[in-house]
Amino acid sequence: MMARYQLSATVTARPQVTGDIVRLALLAPAVSQAATPGQFVMVRSAVALDPLLRRPFSVCRVNGDGTLEILVKVIGQGTRGLAALKVGDQVDLLGPLGHGFVMPDQGRACLVGGGIGAAPLLFLAQKLGERLPASDIQVLLGARTGAEAMALALPFRDLGLPVQLATDDGTAGHHGLVGELLAALTSGAFPTQVYACGPHPMLAAVARISTDRGWPCQVSTEAIMACGLGACLGCAVPRNGGRGYLHVCKQGPVFEAGELQW
Amino acid sequence: MVSMVSHDLDLRVSLAGLTLKNPVMAASGTFGYGKEFADFVPPEALGAVVVKGISLAARPGNPPPRIVETACGMLNAIGLENEGVDGFLSRKLPFLRERGATVVVNILGDCVEDYAALAARLAAAAGIAALEVNISCPNVRHGGVAFGTDPTMAAEVTRAVKAASSLPVIVKLSPNVTDIAAMARAVEAAGADAISLINTLLGMAIDANTRQPRLANVVGGLSGPAIKPVALRMVWQAARAVAIPVIGIGGIATAADAVEFLLAGATAVQVGTANFVNPSATLDIITGLSAYLATHQIATVRELIGALQL
Ligand SMILES: Cc1cc2nc3c(=O)[nH]c(=O)nc-3n(C[C@H](O)[C@H](O)[C@H](O)COP(=O)(O)OP(=O)(O)OC[C@H]3O[C@@H](n4cnc5c(N)ncnc54)[C@H](O)[C@@H]3O)c2cc1C
Ligand SMILES: Cc1cc2nc3c(=O)[nH]c(=O)nc-3n(C[C@H](O)[C@H](O)[C@H](O)COP(=O)(O)O)c2cc1C
Ligand code: FES
Repeated sequence: MMARYQLSATVTARPQVTGDIVRLALLAPAVSQAATPGQFVMVRSAVALDPLLRRPFSVCRVNGDGTLEILVKVIGQGTRGLAALKVGDQVDLLGPLGHGFVMPDQGRACLVGGGIGAAPLLFLAQKLGERLPASDIQVLLGARTGAEAMALALPFRDLGLPVQLATDDGTAGHHGLVGELLAALTSGAFPTQVYACGPHPMLAAVARISTDRGWPCQVSTEAIMACGLGACLGCAVPRNGGRGYLHVCKQGPVFEAGELQW
Repeated sequence: MVSMVSHDLDLRVSLAGLTLKNPVMAASGTFGYGKEFADFVPPEALGAVVVKGISLAARPGNPPPRIVETACGMLNAIGLENEGVDGFLSRKLPFLRERGATVVVNILGDCVEDYAALAARLAAAAGIAALEVNISCPNVRHGGVAFGTDPTMAAEVTRAVKAASSLPVIVKLSPNVTDIAAMARAVEAAGADAISLINTLLGMAIDANTRQPRLANVVGGLSGPAIKPVALRMVWQAARAVAIPVIGIGGIATAADAVEFLLAGATAVQVGTANFVNPSATLDIITGLSAYLATHQIATVRELIGALQL
């Protein structure tokens, strides 16, 4: 098993990405060096006992200066506390955790993200870019609004990757679901590997489209977690075929779409 | 103040015929089988590791969501997922045995015979220091009433486990009872070598927006700092009711929490939910206990047991 660390990390930057998403850069050289795309970290900012548990976040980028970045979308109490952090504040970080994406050395990759699901795909794009030509890495992003879609797409475009957008309100790109962009790919652009992260209905659609067309598909899933270490068995998701459960923090968060019951 | 050097500090405690190097154990279901936490805690450094509950046959556990956070605590309805006694002996126990950890195996069953059969299987294996009997499980033959809510059934399970194995037997009491002292006395009379308490408190959480329960199982067990006052009270009442050693559990997150349980009458403590918040919580508590002894100029942690000043 690879090394995991628990350490105190300093916030070195916290740009606002959209109205409810901030990016936190955390100085944690050991974790930043060990992390691979699709892995996550468990973060706690509270000194008091409420909120009690750590919150899981995908590693969205690692930098040469020993920082790693996470995208935090404000949902409730825990994420509100993290989004309120300032540069110089400390967080308690546990990671890197879980089983990440398996990366090919050739072929065409298609990365499909829904909203905050873009986070692990950015780290994946960063690493795939070291293996595949940019023209063989297709990025499809879905978001509620054009502004959100553009903000999430920016770092992918900075890597020189082509990005197609889909928005709920039609203010940028395709007016509709990101899965529809995947389904509309033409034969010259067929992927040899699909990677997806986003809300469950989106993942289910991407898994179905990929399976129908015979494209291998890896999905990054979410579950409520307590330990992140495979000990509490809280993060169970049903295994395909009705034979018990898989544990997102250990066997996941990235699974082959066919391993899960959709 | 003269501070004592740490190797002079005596953290050893004895219970159920075992001498533990310190009174800090990891609680069942919160520390896996030790290996999950090995990057943070050498399992052999703990007083003992109580492993996740083991049944005769593998159990898949409950559908998700299985956990939900509540104010200063959490609810869980894991459903006793485990790979069964054979899987435990072949795949989980060897790691802890090789590390030289003191292993306590938490056992559970649907009927008295299940517990007895498990105890017999485990007694034949090397590397197990004691059994901890989880009696918070439904007795399938008695309409699903938990063994631990009825003194007669709790005593019956205790006697069956004692008769089936020569290992020391710790009976883990459920807090979901009216009279915890009566339960403690019942299992003591049935031959328990020690008792541990508390298991989780039955609770529930509802999502006001969806009008649905937050756990697929609807109800679950409450743990964490929120339950500490209830646990302390029950440990105090149980310790006064029996002569056998008591292991205190419930919301322990710091060395001060552990000291409070010792003062209430516990000989040792188990750390549960705090492991999720801080994977090295158990080690931090051991270090903190040494510091407490040094600060208060106490030679042995045993002096604290039951030393509550009324
Ligand atoms: C492997 C993994 C990677 C993730 N990556 C990211 C990321 O990169 N960026 C990001 O913004 N969010 C991510 N999430 C979701 C994020 O962890 C939750 O949004 C966050 O825990 C919500 O906490 P809260 O206190 O603000 O919300 P509350 O609703 O108050 O949380 C209450 C409880 O529910 C849990 N919870 C709520 N929503 C989710 C969810 N979607 N998934 C899992 N648990 C949840 C919380 O952890 C907490 O225990 C990820 C989740 C997982 C499992
Ligand atoms: C996720 C989880 C799983 C648990 N599994 C078991 C178990 O298998 N057997 C058992 O006797 N107790 C189990 N417990 C109860 C704990 O061992 C402990 O008694 C309880 O959580 C109270 O302690 P705490 O507040 O320190 O967590 C579990 C608790 C949690 C939170
Ligand atoms: S979060 Fe505890 S086992 Fe996955």
